[in-house]
Amino acid sequence: MLQTISLFAPQLLLAVTASLLLGFGVSKDKDRSIIVRYIAVGLLILFAFIGLLLGQPTGEAFKGALRVDNYSHYVNMFMGLSAAAALMFSKSYFQTEKLDRYEYSVLVLYAVLGMSIMVSANSLLSLYIGIELQSLALYVMAAFNRDSLRASEAGLKYFVLGAISSGLLLYGSSLIYGFTGSLEFDRIAQVVSEGATPGIIAGMVFLLCGLAFKISAVPFHMWTPDVYEGSPTPVTGFFSAAPKFAAMALIARLVVGPFGDIVTQWQQVIIVLAVLSMFVGAIGALAQTNVKRLMAYSSIANMGYALVPLAAGTVAGVKGMLIFMSIYVITVIGIFACILQMRIRNGMVEQISDLSGLSKSNKSLAIILSLFMFSLMGIPPLLGFFGKWFAFAPAVEANLTWLVVLALIASVIGAFYYLRLVKTMWFEQPENEFVQAPKTLRGLSAISVLLVFPLLILPFIAVRSQGIIALAAESLF
Amino acid sequence: MFDSIPILSLITFIPLVGALILAVISKFAGETGREQLDKNAPRVALVVSGVVFLLSLLLTFDFDSAKAGFQFIEEYPWLGGGIEYRMGVDGISILFILLTAFLTPLCIIASATSVKSRMLEYMVAFLVLETLMIGVFVALDLVLFYLFFEAVLIPMFIIIGVWGGKNRVYASYKFFLYTLLGSVLMLAAILWIYSHSGQQLGSPTTDMRVLMSELKIPGGAQTWLWLAFFASFAVKMPMWPVHTWLPDAHVEAPTAGSVILAGILLKLGGYGFLRFSIPMFPNASLELAPIIFWMSIIAIIYTSLVAYRQNDIKKLIAYSSVAHMGFVTMGIFTFNTQGIQGGIYQMLSHGVISGALFFCVGVIYDRMHTREISFYGGLVKHMPVYAAFFMLFTMANVGLPGTSGFVGEILTMVGAYQVSPWIAAGAAIGMILSAMYALHLYREVIFGEQTNEKLEGIADMTRREWIVLAPLAIMTIVLGVYPALITDVTSASVENLIADFATATATGGE
Repeated sequence: MLQTISLFAPQLLLAVTASLLLGFGVSKDKDRSIIVRYIAVGLLILFAFIGLLLGQPTGEAFKGALRVDNYSHYVNMFMGLSAAAALMFSKSYFQTEKLDRYEYSVLVLYAVLGMSIMVSANSLLSLYIGIELQSLALYVMAAFNRDSLRASEAGLKYFVLGAISSGLLLYGSSLIYGFTGSLEFDRIAQVVSEGATPGIIAGMVFLLCGLAFKISAVPFHMWTPDVYEGSPTPVTGFFSAAPKFAAMALIARLVVGPFGDIVTQWQQVIIVLAVLSMFVGAIGALAQTNVKRLMAYSSIANMGYALVPLAAGTVAGVKGMLIFMSIYVITVIGIFACILQMRIRNGMVEQISDLSGLSKSNKSLAIILSLFMFSLMGIPPLLGFFGKWFAFAPAVEANLTWLVVLALIASVIGAFYYLRLVKTMWFEQPENEFVQAPKTLRGLSAISVLLVFPLLILPFIAVRSQGIIALAAESLF
Repeated sequence: MFDSIPILSLITFIPLVGALILAVISKFAGETGREQLDKNAPRVALVVSGVVFLLSLLLTFDFDSAKAGFQFIEEYPWLGGGIEYRMGVDGISILFILLTAFLTPLCIIASATSVKSRMLEYMVAFLVLETLMIGVFVALDLVLFYLFFEAVLIPMFIIIGVWGGKNRVYASYKFFLYTLLGSVLMLAAILWIYSHSGQQLGSPTTDMRVLMSELKIPGGAQTWLWLAFFASFAVKMPMWPVHTWLPDAHVEAPTAGSVILAGILLKLGGYGFLRFSIPMFPNASLELAPIIFWMSIIAIIYTSLVAYRQNDIKKLIAYSSVAHMGFVTMGIFTFNTQGIQGGIYQMLSHGVISGALFFCVGVIYDRMHTREISFYGGLVKHMPVYAAFFMLFTMANVGLPGTSGFVGEILTMVGAYQVSPWIAAGAAIGMILSAMYALHLYREVIFGEQTNEKLEGIADMTRREWIVLAPLAIMTIVLGVYPALITDVTSASVENLIADFATATATGGE
């Protein structure tokens, strides 16, 4: 018991503090949103590094239901940091939109708690609990602007489609339970290694489909553009970073853990998801005029790329996925930090055309945003290129060269719409007057500037220190 | 001389440092300082690129042309896993570095008056571009090479898009996406080679020296890899039929952008063939050489005919560039000394000549703001000096003996004749056609009746234009009468390349 508590202390801390903050917010009439936000940000940063601070303890908690290892420490770090950043940049937006309520910070904390349970899940039950905790928090966040029609629509859509995916997950779990007699990953792996019956394989496919919803992989992506567009922008920024990483990490844990012995079976599913996502994401984005919808399709395409190394089913593949996702999270958070800094007269920047002539009105912001775009395209020497390199190299190693070629071709199609943003910023004359950024946005520009540095410098120094990522990947096998 | 200092890194990154300094200064300059800054930015950029030129001259003098291997090698840890920061030069690459360092200051001088807006950003983009171009030629690691090769797209996209002409957005997109599509296929091939080297050599590596000498790639895979690299280099080169981005990009780009495009960027493709395709995939190169010959001949004849029909001066020169690049590919894939020497020679001389021609177009464009051939006529009356310069470069473009253009073309044709007289005959037809369009252009623009009244007050060349064109004219003639200046430097490396190729193909790659 003591071991369980010590292993799971960070998550327990998160749960307890979130509940306390909820009580604290409710108990007084005065608006507590600001103090609650700062406490939550501090807590998330602490959560991100607590694994490192405690010397990366490993083991199983709650009688094997959860597994704490280097893998979960690594993913938790990124989730905590990206959630903290997303929480920071929600501040000015919610304040100007008069939406600032303390519940938001509490919801973020609960969502992160759910995600960290997902990442550590070692049985189908904890997997489901983690996903549901996370999803419930996200549904509410999507509809956080409850007076807005679009936001309510986004929340509802997300909820209904999310419920379907939960149904798929549960169905898959019950099939697997029926055919293996256990919910625990270790036991399932044992049964699978003795021979996978069609029932197990069907259950696995259902599980993967349910999870594909969460990473918005095609053909389970329909909710993404609408939810991204309808949700308040900072919420969209949060959606596109931490939950994606968590779901992707869970898929990796699932496929190499309990189903590690039937690579050839799930590899096909992953490959189909990857190819469809890459192309639908790339082609779907071409016609978008809304920045948030564009980012939705871009995230669909990027999830496709992230599945490519996973299809290899090797340690290097998981490592490639982790590197790719980390870089993707950094880039996306940076992009949303940039978008949120810009206000035009009648509100926030939402349309691509709102960005026209940004290079004249705010040059440094235009440079930063362009660098992020070129990074998403995967143009060296920016970080995005190295993400692709480390993601695709293991796939080539595993004789999936054709898949890599497809991914690269999709990335050329994708380059077109990222270029369109760059074009709008640099080649066009300013149409809108950008309102001078208020003081509250200073923090935001600091985030985006801080994030642009790894973009330029990491490739030359730190990518080498993959030790922590390699350890994380190895702990899965 | 340069034993203790990392001279190649210095040459590569000094322009980048200059660009960063300019960018940082602009951040702290107020509205009033901005004007001052725009005025001084070209001076700063000129000093920076001048330093780079001097350093690369010193490098060339210090280079031991008797040795075939790489010199001035630098090796530092980078990404790990066999991908490290490796730089070095040999006889093939060193002159391209010199060419880049030579053309960039001229571009900066020419741009100081012809660019009207955002001078500082223009100079920053150019300095970044110089770093990347030099980086391509000094990189000895496949990933490092790809990094520079691909990154060139970013500043070039910005240069065409921001400072270009009317149709600049279309041209910049076309340029970017065309080249990107070519180079991602190369990226896939690089990934494959990386993985294969791990299987064959024990530990994966992207060290080009190791890959060239030790890696054995089976026949079927070699063809695929060759095609993937070919896709990238053929687009960059550009070879017929993937050349269509070039005329658009040239027409829309500002003068200095065109010069860099024609002078350096087109050479990246030819350099790639020499550096990668032939040494790493010798059997596939030998097998597919006939296709290259046909594509080269079609390029030479077809684009020459297309060039003849152009109304836009820049477009005409752009098509003529495609035709001249046809000689380069033809020469390289003959696999004999004359052909490859000629290919390199043709690339360097075309860098000088086409750069000069684009500068010449820039001179009249700055005065009249049009490039229509029919607009001009009878310029010789008002601009005699200009007419003389333009005459020299036109003749060099045709390949008149005594100019550098002649040496390159004759060498590649001698090389091609040894392979097949028919190919040489096809190229010879191209030479005649090149005389046709070039002289047509010259007659229409410089000679003839002056029909346009607007040309009445057109002034002859300014001192600044003299400074830009005179060095190019000198180079054209010097290289034309004393080719050994180039061939002496390249010969050892070329002989080595051919010898390695011969042994590799003799054993059938097994």
